[in-house]
Amino acid sequence: MSTELPLVTVDALTVEYWTRRGKLRAVDDVSFSLGKAETLGVVGESGSGKSTLGLSLIGLVPFPGRVTKGRVVLEGTEVLKMRKDDLRNLRGTKICYVFQDPMTSLNPVKKIGAHFVELIRTHQPKVTKKEALERAKKLLSDVGIQPERINDYPHQLSGGMRQRIMIALAIALSPRMVIADEPTTALDVIVQAKILDLLNTLRDAYGMALILITHDLSIVMERSNRTIVMYAGQMVEYAPSKEIYSNSQHPYSKGLLKSIPNIELADQKLEAIPGSPPDLLNLPIGCHFFPRCSYAFERCKKEVPPLFKSGSEHFVRCFLYDEERKA
Amino acid sequence: MSQEGILKVENLTKYYPVEKGFLEKMLARTKHFVRAVDGVSFTVQKGEIFTLAGESGCGKTTTGKMIVRLISPTGGKIFFKGVEITALENEALRILKRRLQIIFQDPYASFNPRMKIGDAVGHPLEIHGIAYHEDKRKMVMEMLDRVGLTPAEKFLGLYPHQMSGGQRQRAAIARSLILQPEFIVADEPVSMIDVSLRSAIIDLMLNLRKDFGLTYLFITHDLAIAKYISDRIAIMYLGKIVELGDKQTIFSNPMHPYTQALLAAIPIPVPERKRKVSGLVGDVPSAINIPSGCRFHTRCRYAEKACEEKEPELIPVSPGHYVACLTEH
Amino acid sequence: MLSSIFPGLRSLAKRGLAGWLVIFGAVLTGAIVVMTLVSPWISPHDPSALNVGHPLLAPSSQFPFGTDDVGRDMLSRVISGGGTMLQVAVLSVFVCMLVGVPLGLFSSYTGGLVDRFASLIMDSVYAFPGLVLAIAITLVLGRGVINMSLSIAVVYIPSYFRVIRSQVLSIKELPYVEAANAAGAKKGTVLSRYVLPNVLPSIVVVATVNFADAILTAAGLTFIGMGVLVNVPDWGWDLTNGRRLLPSGSWWVIAFPGLMIILLALGFTLMGEGLSELLNPRLGEEGGK
Repeated sequence: MSTELPLVTVDALTVEYWTRRGKLRAVDDVSFSLGKAETLGVVGESGSGKSTLGLSLIGLVPFPGRVTKGRVVLEGTEVLKMRKDDLRNLRGTKICYVFQDPMTSLNPVKKIGAHFVELIRTHQPKVTKKEALERAKKLLSDVGIQPERINDYPHQLSGGMRQRIMIALAIALSPRMVIADEPTTALDVIVQAKILDLLNTLRDAYGMALILITHDLSIVMERSNRTIVMYAGQMVEYAPSKEIYSNSQHPYSKGLLKSIPNIELADQKLEAIPGSPPDLLNLPIGCHFFPRCSYAFERCKKEVPPLFKSGSEHFVRCFLYDEERKA
Repeated sequence: MSQEGILKVENLTKYYPVEKGFLEKMLARTKHFVRAVDGVSFTVQKGEIFTLAGESGCGKTTTGKMIVRLISPTGGKIFFKGVEITALENEALRILKRRLQIIFQDPYASFNPRMKIGDAVGHPLEIHGIAYHEDKRKMVMEMLDRVGLTPAEKFLGLYPHQMSGGQRQRAAIARSLILQPEFIVADEPVSMIDVSLRSAIIDLMLNLRKDFGLTYLFITHDLAIAKYISDRIAIMYLGKIVELGDKQTIFSNPMHPYTQALLAAIPIPVPERKRKVSGLVGDVPSAINIPSGCRFHTRCRYAEKACEEKEPELIPVSPGHYVACLTEH
Repeated sequence: MLSSIFPGLRSLAKRGLAGWLVIFGAVLTGAIVVMTLVSPWISPHDPSALNVGHPLLAPSSQFPFGTDDVGRDMLSRVISGGGTMLQVAVLSVFVCMLVGVPLGLFSSYTGGLVDRFASLIMDSVYAFPGLVLAIAITLVLGRGVINMSLSIAVVYIPSYFRVIRSQVLSIKELPYVEAANAAGAKKGTVLSRYVLPNVLPSIVVVATVNFADAILTAAGLTFIGMGVLVNVPDWGWDLTNGRRLLPSGSWWVIAFPGLMIILLALGFTLMGEGLSELLNPRLGEEGGK
């Protein structure tokens, strides 16, 4: 792991949505930092806020949502305080977002090469079309696609290839950070493994920071250095992935680990977490996880736990760890 | 083990004609087909959980739907308890549907948004004239109880959008069981449910198997779940079964190169693990242009000349373990 | 039923602009309907009585809407003149739904040649300019409330057909319809209990627009002289009459009935717009993923 200053720091980030039925907090007080060539896994189920978190890092929270608190600092610059134009410039050049669905993220009436040309020349107008295409070809081969496919249309390529093109577009301008939101959910297991391998290879080659947002804990365990476990908009545990695996502390993380099948274990007994995620519009007072927690006690019902520091790099939002200093 | 089993499928195929424009139709010489299912045969024993596993597009869902006759096969035969059901129509088909049921993948879309859950779960009873009004209500409540939707009273009157995904899937299970079928096709029943809730649904299905004497055809792309629930597994690729065997064998001794690649690619939730290289090149070919000979040869690192020419049959390599591959490796 | 209207209204109001559109439209329409129904009691004069006042009097305190060329009180004529139009509108919408909905359901669910054939016919009728077709049919059938309603209905059936068809085509592929089939339901059951309830909202929207259009078409037919001949007060008739009198400066004969027609059509249209928005809300609502 890198001992340099972190590439990006996120501090107390909060995103709220004003819907017809009321106000809800999709992301509630999330803080983390990420260095070069590091992968952060953000894992959570429906309603956890993980996708909103990803979007908020580049100021793309859709209406009627807004970032209401917190900062995102990338290499010294406060991203969310930037002017609209500067922020737009930032996306694509410094921070790139890979969307979940490769089927609909590419323009069906544009050739693959045209996508690259448009992207490159928007941010670097001095580059000629020819040069842009050359770079595109190199990027395609970086992601394992034959360079000739520059002239194809998206529908001529498979889902796996389209997702690789999305990744190639994401790294085209050598960003400092790539955020990948469920990059492999729509893909098959074999292609998924290849894409994840690719992301890590590129991460190392370009020295980027990578954020992997997914519901699949296995992927996050396998491939990220640090992990954030999200539940009902809050960060409930934040630690090196190794520690989440061997010493998970939050009852939700523990439950999650016990509920995913591992084919290398014989005779595994899976355990489900009883109940279901809360309605963000009707959150109970107290800990969001209280209704489903088998370790809960009185205090959990009444107060929302803050983040406690339970190890040198281990943070958990649970009163069970209140003996330690507050984070 | 009975030779016939409770369900037997022989050379089942499903071809879809490729939609062409008017001009293309005039000019084209041959018709092109999407060969979604291209000759699938297997037998399911009573009481077992038989899994069809494979990636999207391999034909597993289509096979499952053909078995419950939601889709008509293009060719091949289906036998249920020894009786051929491939071409049943009308009343006979309707009666058959009491014995063969299906659970769908999407708990959100498999319920009529305008129907209360109690009515939706009970509707099959009305359709088949088994129970109405008070009797129907009683049976529905019992079933809702059985699947863990308690208090049943409350769930009777709820609309689908008022329930969570996990609850809806339980209701879907209740609906499929209300007619007391013998055979259930479960099409990716947990893939759209939150990870932490999946094992509860799976365990429910296992318990119900015991209580009701059910047999399942389980369809999934998630091999980890397949390992957890199955008795026997058939791996499908591009419309055909490439390997079939009991769970232990498939996972400890996979012989088909595709099976091996699949297993190697499954993420293991252990940090900093050494990954096995999958060694699979290229992408899945289109089902319109299936490669000649062994359909897997374009991506197989053991491919030989013979693989391009001859399509391998499923042959037993040990009792109960079948592989469709020409090479020895 | 009635007791559920008030809480219904309150929840409509909560739904923002769309809810208000529905309320406003419904109130406007309702007011006009009620006015027409109680017209015998509230009209100051007999609308058909000649020479109640001097002919062609401009609006004044005695005759707020003026009088027409034979001295009839325009206010009374406006209050009573909606009857025919409303009858025609209601009847034509009724016939439309009776024919168009089952046709649309059956054809699109069955698919294949049946659907192709039906769509072809419907598209051809749809392509015709509504008023022209209505005129042609009225010529054939003759005048009268029923005939006028029928001709308008024929013009409008394709609209129901198309809207229902597009809905059914997407609904019939949905898992819950498959589930009904898997349970052994017959086609009629599937259509009536699974497809129709989900298509209903769009039918309602089409119906409101249908009403508005029927009003305007009826007015148009009467305007060109194809309307009902019986001597009842009728806005459409006043339009024709008023047009004749307009060049000589008597604007009130055409203006007030014309305004009523517009208001009635507007009422239905607003309801339709509001309902359409309510039933197909725009995205960007829920947060939290």
